[in-house]
Amino acid sequence: MGKEGRKFDTKIQYLKYKVLREVARIAFEGDEFQLANSFNDIAKVVAPGPKATMRCCIYKERAIIAERIKLACGGDKSNPNVIEVIEIACDECPASGYQVSHDCRGCIAHRCEDVCKKDAITFDENQKAHIDKTKCVDCGACAKVCPYSAISNYKRPCEKACKVKAISMKNDEMRAAHINNDKCISCGACEYMCPFGAIVDKSYILDVISILKKSEQNKKYKTYAVVAPSISSQFTYAKLGQVVSAIKRLGFSSVVEAALGADIVSYYEAQELAEKGFLTSSCCPAFVDYIHKSFPQLMDKISHNLSPMAAIAKYIKDQEPDAKIVFIGPCTAKKKEIQQERVGKVIDSVLTFEELQALFDSRDIDLSELPEDVLDNASYFGRIFARSGGLTDAVAQSVKEQNLDIDYKPIACDGIEECRLALLKASKGVLPNNFIEGMACVGGCIGGAGCLTHEARDKSEVDKYGREAMEKTITDAISILK
Amino acid sequence: MKVTVCIGSSCHLKGSRQIVERLQALIADNDLKDQVELSGKFCMGNCQNGVSVTVNDALFSVSPETVDDFFKTNILAAL
Repeated sequence: MGKEGRKFDTKIQYLKYKVLREVARIAFEGDEFQLANSFNDIAKVVAPGPKATMRCCIYKERAIIAERIKLACGGDKSNPNVIEVIEIACDECPASGYQVSHDCRGCIAHRCEDVCKKDAITFDENQKAHIDKTKCVDCGACAKVCPYSAISNYKRPCEKACKVKAISMKNDEMRAAHINNDKCISCGACEYMCPFGAIVDKSYILDVISILKKSEQNKKYKTYAVVAPSISSQFTYAKLGQVVSAIKRLGFSSVVEAALGADIVSYYEAQELAEKGFLTSSCCPAFVDYIHKSFPQLMDKISHNLSPMAAIAKYIKDQEPDAKIVFIGPCTAKKKEIQQERVGKVIDSVLTFEELQALFDSRDIDLSELPEDVLDNASYFGRIFARSGGLTDAVAQSVKEQNLDIDYKPIACDGIEECRLALLKASKGVLPNNFIEGMACVGGCIGGAGCLTHEARDKSEVDKYGREAMEKTITDAISILK
Repeated sequence: MKVTVCIGSSCHLKGSRQIVERLQALIADNDLKDQVELSGKFCMGNCQNGVSVTVNDALFSVSPETVDDFFKTNILAAL
């Protein structure tokens, strides 16, 4: 991938990044008309040819890149979801479900046959098993009884990654992946797992570039970047202060920690919990969306607080109604969250860290050469929202600081599967807890789909960054806002 | 009168919270809540000379040590 590519951990991310960077370059320098004329030029930069390196031929490669350019420019406007499938990029995965591998020894026992209630198992002349896919219902019984583990469930990586079961195969000749918008929570888990890069989050970099350009160096209106606390684990090749400088170099007048919004949220969420006696968190938009779509009976239990991103943006807009605010974070679901009216009023656009990197490089901003700026608005507790369990700790602290009369019994759900279990119990009235922290991504926001790298992260690193905050209590951190 | 304290990162590190808290107390002690509107703003672009405070549109540099004098001279006297 070269030196540049090492900023990411997959070649897919690098490919997506190159498209974003080239689109941004033209958008910064030219206008929309110029961009519309540049589809072929960008495709040639990203896939120079003459030989294909990713697909069957250079023409298909460039056709897929044209689709990527469209997504970099905002994607299909008629589709409300922010995660989309590039159908021509997705036709490579074999049919999914249970398959017999070469490990089948052709034994005599035939346990697989005996256990199959659908009579879907047949044997060839070598006594090797075969599954008749017209009869098989993918129950998995045969796989469990095979002594050689010769039967496996070949699921598409995207389907496997999607724990809310929103992905299926389209029932046509192409058999492309299909996202069910009634179930999808826009967490982006499928996107990172697709080995062909066929699932992509829509990008709003053009909106952000337009906001920056039209501000005329912040003379027409001020532009604010609200950054998620997980930024501390992202640009590992530079210092955080240099990242702040680089964001300002892009044209933002000010950089503010979303973590201060998290301080606000935990302060008022603790009060709401004491008042209502049972609450689910409202920080993670994918978790909130999941409750709406899969546990609608629990909707009235969702905290009425805005998310940290929206809470701090609301403060800024209340003071300065013509300010433009862009959230920068690890999250694809935040792009969906701003479609809500009360959030869209205060946040003008959303970028992921991947996109931020592309914007830096489109302006040839070299972080290592920049001076270190400062970023310090929030408390330790606001900053640890970036990891699973951080919100739970912050609410505990808020209960303590405000001497609230509540027996706080939280459960921190790490990843959407743990969320599902807790919500299931809550819906049946058998959950022993009175506060559910729901984080759709495993590890919390530091495991978000829009991160630059996805290796296992050390939660203690988040805590370390938290301890660097000047303010030690939530009450102190938010006292300046009153 | 509109008094705005910069609460951007740089000024925050130089003590804008202490200044906000002190101004809040002074405004309350002098019974000026109806006359002085105190608010915060993230970065006024004057980071080198923080903590930046504006009174209506005039810009001042204040520190936690000078906030009492600043209040007397530029807020109380100007009302």
